[in-house]
Amino acid sequence: MANLQEKPTSSSRPKLNFGSKWDYAPAPESTAVVDIAPEYGQFIAGEFVPPSSGQTFETINPATEEVLSRVARGCQADVDKAVTAARAAYEGTWSKISAPDRGKYLYRIARLIQDRSREFAVLESMDGGKPIKESRDVDIPLVAQHFFYHAGWADKLEYAFPNQTVSSLGVAGQIIPWNFPLLMAAWKIAPALACGNTVVLKPAETTPLTALLLAKVIQEADLPPGVVNVVTGDGEAGAALASHPGLDKVAFTGSTEVGKAIRRSAKTRNVTLELGGKAANIIFEDAPIDQAVEGIINGIYFNQGHVCCAGSRLLVQESVHDEVVQKLSDRIATLRVGDPLDKNTDIGAINSREQYDRICSLVEAGKAEGAEFHQSDVPVPGKGFFFAPAYFTGVAQSHRIAQEEIFGPVLSIMTFRTPDEAVAKANNTKYGLSAGIWTDKGSRIFKMLSKMNAGVVWANTFNKFDPSSPFGGYKESGWGREGGAQGLGAYLEVK
Amino acid sequence: MSSLSLASLLSPGAFDRPVDQVGANERAAKFTKRSIKTEAKHQGLLMAISMIDLTTLEGKDSPGKVRQLCTKGIQPDPEDLSLPHVGAICVYPSMVRTAASALEGSGVNVASVATAFPSGQLALSERLKEVEQAVSDGADEIDMVINRGAFLSGRYQEVFEEIVEVKKACGPAHLKVILETGELESYDNVRRASHIGMMAGADFIKTSTGKVSPAATMPVTLVMLEAIREHYLETGRKIGMKPAGGIRTSKQALHYLVMVKETLGDDWLTPDLFRIGASSLLNDILMQLAKQRTGAYQSADYFSND
Amino acid sequence: MRLNVIKTYKLYVGGKFIRSESGYTIERHSKDGEFLGHACKGSRKDLRDAVKAARSAQAGWAGKTAYNRGQILYRIGEMLEARSEEFAELMHAESGASLEECLKEVETAVDRCVYYAGWTDKLDSVIGTVNPVAGPFFGFSVPEPTGVVGIVADPSTALIGMLSQVLPVISTGNTCVVLPADDYPLTASEFGEILSTSDVPGGVVNILGGVQEPLNPHLAKHMDVNAISLSNAAADTEDLYVSEGAENLKRIRSGEADWMQPDAHSLSEIQKFVETKSVWHPVEA
Repeated sequence: MANLQEKPTSSSRPKLNFGSKWDYAPAPESTAVVDIAPEYGQFIAGEFVPPSSGQTFETINPATEEVLSRVARGCQADVDKAVTAARAAYEGTWSKISAPDRGKYLYRIARLIQDRSREFAVLESMDGGKPIKESRDVDIPLVAQHFFYHAGWADKLEYAFPNQTVSSLGVAGQIIPWNFPLLMAAWKIAPALACGNTVVLKPAETTPLTALLLAKVIQEADLPPGVVNVVTGDGEAGAALASHPGLDKVAFTGSTEVGKAIRRSAKTRNVTLELGGKAANIIFEDAPIDQAVEGIINGIYFNQGHVCCAGSRLLVQESVHDEVVQKLSDRIATLRVGDPLDKNTDIGAINSREQYDRICSLVEAGKAEGAEFHQSDVPVPGKGFFFAPAYFTGVAQSHRIAQEEIFGPVLSIMTFRTPDEAVAKANNTKYGLSAGIWTDKGSRIFKMLSKMNAGVVWANTFNKFDPSSPFGGYKESGWGREGGAQGLGAYLEVK
Repeated sequence: MSSLSLASLLSPGAFDRPVDQVGANERAAKFTKRSIKTEAKHQGLLMAISMIDLTTLEGKDSPGKVRQLCTKGIQPDPEDLSLPHVGAICVYPSMVRTAASALEGSGVNVASVATAFPSGQLALSERLKEVEQAVSDGADEIDMVINRGAFLSGRYQEVFEEIVEVKKACGPAHLKVILETGELESYDNVRRASHIGMMAGADFIKTSTGKVSPAATMPVTLVMLEAIREHYLETGRKIGMKPAGGIRTSKQALHYLVMVKETLGDDWLTPDLFRIGASSLLNDILMQLAKQRTGAYQSADYFSND
Repeated sequence: MRLNVIKTYKLYVGGKFIRSESGYTIERHSKDGEFLGHACKGSRKDLRDAVKAARSAQAGWAGKTAYNRGQILYRIGEMLEARSEEFAELMHAESGASLEECLKEVETAVDRCVYYAGWTDKLDSVIGTVNPVAGPFFGFSVPEPTGVVGIVADPSTALIGMLSQVLPVISTGNTCVVLPADDYPLTASEFGEILSTSDVPGGVVNILGGVQEPLNPHLAKHMDVNAISLSNAAADTEDLYVSEGAENLKRIRSGEADWMQPDAHSLSEIQKFVETKSVWHPVEA
């Protein structure tokens, strides 16, 4: 019946007009709730202490390029102190308190985070550039949920490994990235503590502030000193921690390149890694297209595309390619880029100048390789690091933009004709973190998901996270899982 | 009819495109996260007033009640004469003459429900007669109900042909086709019924009669807006949208406007293409505007209850 | 007296018994100095071919039903049981251990086959999960094979170590390439014959032979090998696999084990070679 009408020719094709007839006024979230100190020390043995070297570095707001605070530049001596404190806490208190009490501490932390959720959200957006809408509605609620979930595991660990015996490992060194600063801290700290370990956490250089606020919450929770230690700094502190001989466990989330180096340098064999990705988001012609387009948006423009499991490669069946691209083009015209603290901002600031430059250089590579670049012409602030949502069409599997992680709001679109071709293209990568499948046909979903070499497969949805759902990669996307019963294995000795 | 080719029959068309309910709900919820403040709020509320089909559809409706409502529709707030009038006054067929005379020259349209509203359970000939009468009595717009019984038993052709007949009976009057989405239940059905309505000649498609729960919801309206978008991109014809029932607050109205703006674009932000079927919404908007003007939260006692 | 026929021992790659492309062999004698045969000396090209065979067999093996894989693992046990004396004699000749000890080792090996045969169609139910996510989604996680596994066979035993490494790996649908222990290449080759008569599809288990040490760096660096199984390996061997294997993040199993213990088998041996895949799908309200 849809075809009874004469179709207009392509030149006369009607266009939607996403103009300025009704502009939304600025709706900035107040920053009154946060109180940023001019300078922060390291959190070691329950106290904030100045760095051994006496050196600090700036952390800036990437949306304004203004300095927010100065934080301690950690070095080997700080890491030594922190590991010593964590060891003492492990042997002195944490391994001795009862499992239910370990759980109760974690519940307490979960509740304190909920109490201060707005403060955390605003601070996260200021330090990292992500839209307040996401830090408020996604990051911080998931952080609290993560602590709450793992709190319950503390006295039930044996149920996760039936007929096997479990014991804690000792001291865990944990190094986390800048894309989900507090959430990654929660993903690391909560299971480690629930399993009875103590922790030295090294937040990313560009986003230390929420980890330091978490340290304050941990102080408020009255966690025994040294159970959680936070050492800020750059790659030097990270390397010192990763290769520290006093650790029983190293956990890292970040780039594949650094992950490999950590695997090599770690003195412990017990290493879990959550690394890069180049996920295929596969759209079949029978998919619920309008929801699939939302899945694309959520897949690649969520958190400025700074997402390891981003749906950065769109594989669309040839028969619906034009329709999907048209809808995507209309849709990104409505994405608002700008002040991360504005409640109507969809895409905030790129986390750092370095990352901004990397995105630009890969985009240039894509253009040079012959792919067609399309970018929304929404207004972008003059100051700060902003990149309007964009996509490439006509991408070939051999292009760099089809192989390398851009880690920005840039999508690479390719086509396929048959399910097997989609499988082959999806798996044709060194990564294996996530994949998306969009089709109305149940049996095809099961075929596709069983063939995806990926640790997380979203069918008819994308970028969903939950502490009960194990997350992690195949191949060079990582080793080990975070979340769920399976994730506990990373912090336990199982026999 | 060259487009009735094998290729077009085999290719997946808008009519049969599935809708994922969870995805549609998720998307609809995102519009409610938009924060509409100050000037944008003021502008949005004025727009909303001009889009209201101010409605009374009760057994106890009387000429007196309808005249009062018309007065309100023409001049919503005697304290603020700068406000626009509503889009239309929506009544039963028996009240069309009263409404038409009360609204004459005001620019406010007379909308009449017809076709054995709300159930539609009368012979087609009777329903058509009712439409013709309402139009000749002065209705500018006819809000018909589709034959849900036929739809749910898969007799789509029958649904389609009835709408075509009603459209003919409307003559110059605009036709709004009520899907009664609360009875269609699934979004797949809503999408399919939307396309049938549009292809059969609807000027507007409308969610509900207001007599069945659930009435208008954000996701159902979104699914219909997406069908309108598809129809427009395929044919170049702009079809209007009318959610009705359940929209009672300014905040809700603004959410719907956000959804229209971000789904169909600026062209649909006009009473010619977007209406809200409502009764209590108008006073809530007036209270919000007064709050913006005065800075004080308002009391219902200060706004006429018509 | 009849002149006996001396067996030609070969590599087992892609379901075929082949000579090393290098043409090199190693003379094998029993402890008493009796000539047993020539073991083919697997080269890095043989390794390359074996990995290729393992890769092409992997999807098909993983695609078989768990019940089917279980029957095939059980069949390995049946074949071993049927040839236990013959096997024990070869092991006795090659290792110098007493015939009785060797027979015991074969019997333990048969029991191990039975143990892992039983796991294939239970693993998903035991370690798979339904994830109660906070939203309108159905979530579940299933174990899936890691892919192609390099097995550096336990140097301390002729059969039971290697077998205890192979079985958990293949039970879930992985395929593997085995570097046999330097001291027991003939036993390993003979084990290939068991596999080839046990309905194990060609390429699922590939057995090289010769000397592990020169092959280690090539296996450690091979970009199409997803995991490595080490057992009672020297510390520098493990270091090599950790540092070279990091390039494509090979999962590595290592550690000391006494495989002759009747309970030297476990679920966790299987878990070291599976990946968890988590799946989400919307659920209508």
